Amino acid sequence: MNFERYDRQTILAGFGIDAQKKLHQAKVLVVGAGGLGVPVLTYLNAMGIGTLGIVDNDVISISNLHRQVLYSEAEVGQSKVGVAITKLRNQNSETVIIAHETFLTQENALNIIADYDLVVDASDNFPTRYLINDACVILKKSFVYGALHGFEGQVSVFNHNDGPTYRCLFPNMPKSDEVPDCNENGVLGILPGIIGNFQALETVKVLTGVGEVLSGKLLLFDGLSNTFQKISFSARPENRELHGLRPCYDFECASVFNIVDAEAFLGLTEFEKLQLIDVRTPKEFDRNHLKIAKNIPLPELDIRQNEINFDEFIYVVCQSGIRSKKAIERLSNARPDAHFINLSGGMNQIKKHGVTN
Amino acid sequence: MEVLLFGIAKDIVGKSSFRFNADELAPGSVSELRERLKRSFPEFGKLSSLAVAVNSAYADDAVQLKEGDEIALIPPVSGG
Repeated sequence: MNFERYDRQTILAGFGIDAQKKLHQAKVLVVGAGGLGVPVLTYLNAMGIGTLGIVDNDVISISNLHRQVLYSEAEVGQSKVGVAITKLRNQNSETVIIAHETFLTQENALNIIADYDLVVDASDNFPTRYLINDACVILKKSFVYGALHGFEGQVSVFNHNDGPTYRCLFPNMPKSDEVPDCNENGVLGILPGIIGNFQALETVKVLTGVGEVLSGKLLLFDGLSNTFQKISFSARPENRELHGLRPCYDFECASVFNIVDAEAFLGLTEFEKLQLIDVRTPKEFDRNHLKIAKNIPLPELDIRQNEINFDEFIYVVCQSGIRSKKAIERLSNARPDAHFINLSGGMNQIKKHGVTN
Repeated sequence: MEVLLFGIAKDIVGKSSFRFNADELAPGSVSELRERLKRSFPEFGKLSSLAVAVNSAYADDAVQLKEGDEIALIPPVSGG
């Protein structure tokens, strides 16, 4: 390491050579080489992070240039990762830069992230953000989150020293039509620069132990009024109980889970052996239920999870199909790898077939 | 009681903050606030996750609200 290069930050009281060495030893993965990724990569590379990985599979488009200031007109149509690597190597030849010219997917996420100490979420969509969260929880890696909406931005550090995760703030992924992204909603060119630089700052703090990390705190920035808000929030232990990635992170799968109607359910082969959880109150259960059903009322679901066999298909029923849906949402947060099937129409539909006792 | 709005919540209401005036019946809890918002602005009903903070701390539905509280409505944002 060329110490002269980092002299102005190593002479800083409270930073010093030790912190610089920690940066040099660190391996940081930046997911996304766009609006947020560009400032994150540029500053982390300048400041002397030893190894930088970049995940992206996009090409540079003319409408990226107003905010992705690493790229220029002549590079429109070229791969972002390819161009970024060339420029970052010119900027700092000491950094080991690793290209992952792919989007992050549930197939590659765990393998890619496993090799790094910390992840920076500089992505631009919810499926990737939830995938990064879950993969980092499973692999016990901190990740530095940044996201934009119009003139506003959010920054936090998740999953840091058993601190809160992204799902502790926003448990469920929004559906595709709920919250617009930058492509639909627009973004002021400088905004990702501001938020990305905060992410780079948090990254340096996590790696060196200098200062106070934004863990358990969400920083909200409003560019129009130039105001900052810091919201504190706590960890929910259930969000750490992940046993694997979900089978699918795309928008199409976010709120869709398997559904079976009463007639199809009752006609299943080996019906007597099915696992059926009835999440109604004991009183409702006493009034009528299917013989194969096990009663775990919705409020007791968390503490009685051990009574469920997650290796088998889990059919869930309630009176009308609403509480069972809620139950599946809650259970699949904890057990994303399990197979849940909601009995649509609930016991109301079952009763029409006259098979309760 | 002042309500600060962020992200899509700001877009739904059309301003960055609003107040429950002293003569209005302010919501007594976070869940009541959520119901009130859904009634006045049905688009809130569409949001899968909307974090609510009271006096700069994340608040779940059971948290009681009182006069002078500063509430923030924080939806997830995805842009990058």
